Amino acid sequence: MTAYFHTHFRTIRSALRALRRNVMRSALTCLGIIIGVAAVIATMEIGQGSSAAIQRNITSMGANTVLVLPGAATNSGINWGAGSILTLTPYDCDAILRLCPAVKNACPIVRSRSAQVIYGNHNCNPGTIQGVTPAFLAIRDWEDMADGEAFTDREVRNASKVCLIGKTVADELFDQQSPVGKDIRINNVSLRVIGVLRAKGANMMGFDQDDLVLLPWTTVKYRLSGQSYGSAATISSASGASTSTINSLSALYPDTSLDLFPAVDALASVDRPQPVRFINVDQIMCEATSGAATGAAMQQITALLHQRHRVGGDDPDDFNLRDMGELTNMLTGTTKLMTNLLLSVAAISLLVGGVGIMNIMLVSVTERTREIGLRMAVGARAGDILRQFLVEATVLCLLGGILGIVLGRGSSILLRIFGHLPTQISVPAIIISVAVSAAVGVIFGYYPAWKASRLDPIEALRYE
Amino acid sequence: MTATQINSPSLRVRPAAKLDGLIRLSDVHKTYFLGEMDVPVLKGVTLAIDKGEMVSLTGASGSGKSTLMNILGCLDRPTSGSYLLDGQEVGDLDGDGRAMVRNKKIGFVFQSFNLLARTSALDNVLMPLSYTAKHLGDREAMGRAEAVLKLVGLADRMDHHPSQLSGGQQQRVAIARALVNKPPVLLADEPTGNLDSRTSEEILAMFQRLNEEEGITIIIVTHDRNVAQHTKRQILMRDGLIESGNYMSAS
Repeated sequence: MTAYFHTHFRTIRSALRALRRNVMRSALTCLGIIIGVAAVIATMEIGQGSSAAIQRNITSMGANTVLVLPGAATNSGINWGAGSILTLTPYDCDAILRLCPAVKNACPIVRSRSAQVIYGNHNCNPGTIQGVTPAFLAIRDWEDMADGEAFTDREVRNASKVCLIGKTVADELFDQQSPVGKDIRINNVSLRVIGVLRAKGANMMGFDQDDLVLLPWTTVKYRLSGQSYGSAATISSASGASTSTINSLSALYPDTSLDLFPAVDALASVDRPQPVRFINVDQIMCEATSGAATGAAMQQITALLHQRHRVGGDDPDDFNLRDMGELTNMLTGTTKLMTNLLLSVAAISLLVGGVGIMNIMLVSVTERTREIGLRMAVGARAGDILRQFLVEATVLCLLGGILGIVLGRGSSILLRIFGHLPTQISVPAIIISVAVSAAVGVIFGYYPAWKASRLDPIEALRYE
Repeated sequence: MTATQINSPSLRVRPAAKLDGLIRLSDVHKTYFLGEMDVPVLKGVTLAIDKGEMVSLTGASGSGKSTLMNILGCLDRPTSGSYLLDGQEVGDLDGDGRAMVRNKKIGFVFQSFNLLARTSALDNVLMPLSYTAKHLGDREAMGRAEAVLKLVGLADRMDHHPSQLSGGQQQRVAIARALVNKPPVLLADEPTGNLDSRTSEEILAMFQRLNEEEGITIIIVTHDRNVAQHTKRQILMRDGLIESGNYMSAS
């Protein structure tokens, strides 16, 4: 065993000696691999950085969001459409966040019917008025405010009379002045504007995303709506207590919802207990940990809600899940495209480097024909010559690979600093390029080495 | 066969019965096949060289001198016939087998020195040791290389590169390289062809000294009669046969 290592050590040492004997040629040979590996690493790092940036952009458009909607009620064979029964509670939202590992963020959403928003003598009718939690801003990548600041979980708990307004609303109500600290009215509820959302522009459908007012969902539920959107259907679907029964915080007006059924007396409620549902929300918006994890998140949410809502095997779901299929496809498509692009660039650079190695090794074999003849004359077997040239090629490639990594990393760092390109260190690229450069050495070094080992010593010694 | 051979003085000095010599060629043929034409170069060479001899091999160009040298040096194999080297039949060995025989049994000295450029004399001498079957330790290998360099009188030039040495010194490095594996035979192909006459004399004197003091069998292939005259036995080739200088011919 030691003799074996000794042989290899000797071979490597003699290869190094041979390479040192012609530094210029060795350096030129290396150059091919250096440039190849450096190109691989630099393009991989730039590509990965760009790919990550593109993915981040697509993700911020909502590629990894999953919407949980209440199910459809079917009454006398008539489907009332999604949201016609109220099955989602804020506790579902908490449970999803706590128990689904693929879900990073979850936020209950309570929508308000469209309403007039009034400030002084201005008014407007925003497209969206919805109650959310601060998690909503995180999910929509909307955390940095144009002005003021976002509301907090504490304000959600207190159903505080605060709101955030979109750029469009701010422009319509406030002209040039800062809206922060001003009070606006919706449905005669006075709300203080504490922040203005950063302008997002229209979404892919052309829907103005800035035409909205965001409030704590408790505020919408208990102060603004009096009852949640779609609670009329709740009443018709006879699912027991509606939100209106606990709407004790709605101080402005007494509860005006219709009492269609007589109050259940104590005896009746013992005889025929009704399911008591507390608070409901209109949607739950979830954010998967990544675009690729959307599927896993949907599975986990389905399983959890089956359990919580006691949906049996054959029963229809009392909720619907919706993901941004188009965006997700775009995301995976882009990722695949970028990966393939980078791989082909890398393959071409390394191939070019490898052909360079083979070229110089062939020249080297021709140039050293006499040396090979001499080595054979003093007793080198064909295998010895083959091994010597293979080891030389491999050593060259590995040296080139190491220098290439340094050069590639360096240039990618320089590009990031001076070119402001988003680069990302790619450990697989480093490992692969070293492995490939060694492999290139062996593969492209094999032919010249084989050619050298097949030389006839008599001819080789006579070669001029 | 011919009158000169029978009357050769060495025939009387050396008994023909000495067949267990170092080198014994019997009826060696070598034919090159060039397309459809067969070119016979050696036409049945029978030759014996004993341990401790110093022999020159001469002949006009085309006489088969180089071919015979290649076969003697195990660089080539005979088309037919047997070649016993040091008691071992080497005529039918494959390439690797012949490489091992070359490594152990034969030292080569070439006309153009064939030293590795930009490599110290010591490393040049160490080179053949890296192909020996049983590796020596670094220290032992170094000691041996230094010893042979001392033997050829280059103890003070060990770290010099070939470009820093004169022709004669380079050839002496080559001789040291040929000797480092302690081969029984030294095969020199025109060893003085690239040297001036004074240096040639030095090199030939060194061969004589190695032959007498170290007992190494030396075969010098040359076309130069002056060089041939330095050897005790001169083998002359003509037309693929040995014309004179062979003891075997009498038997």
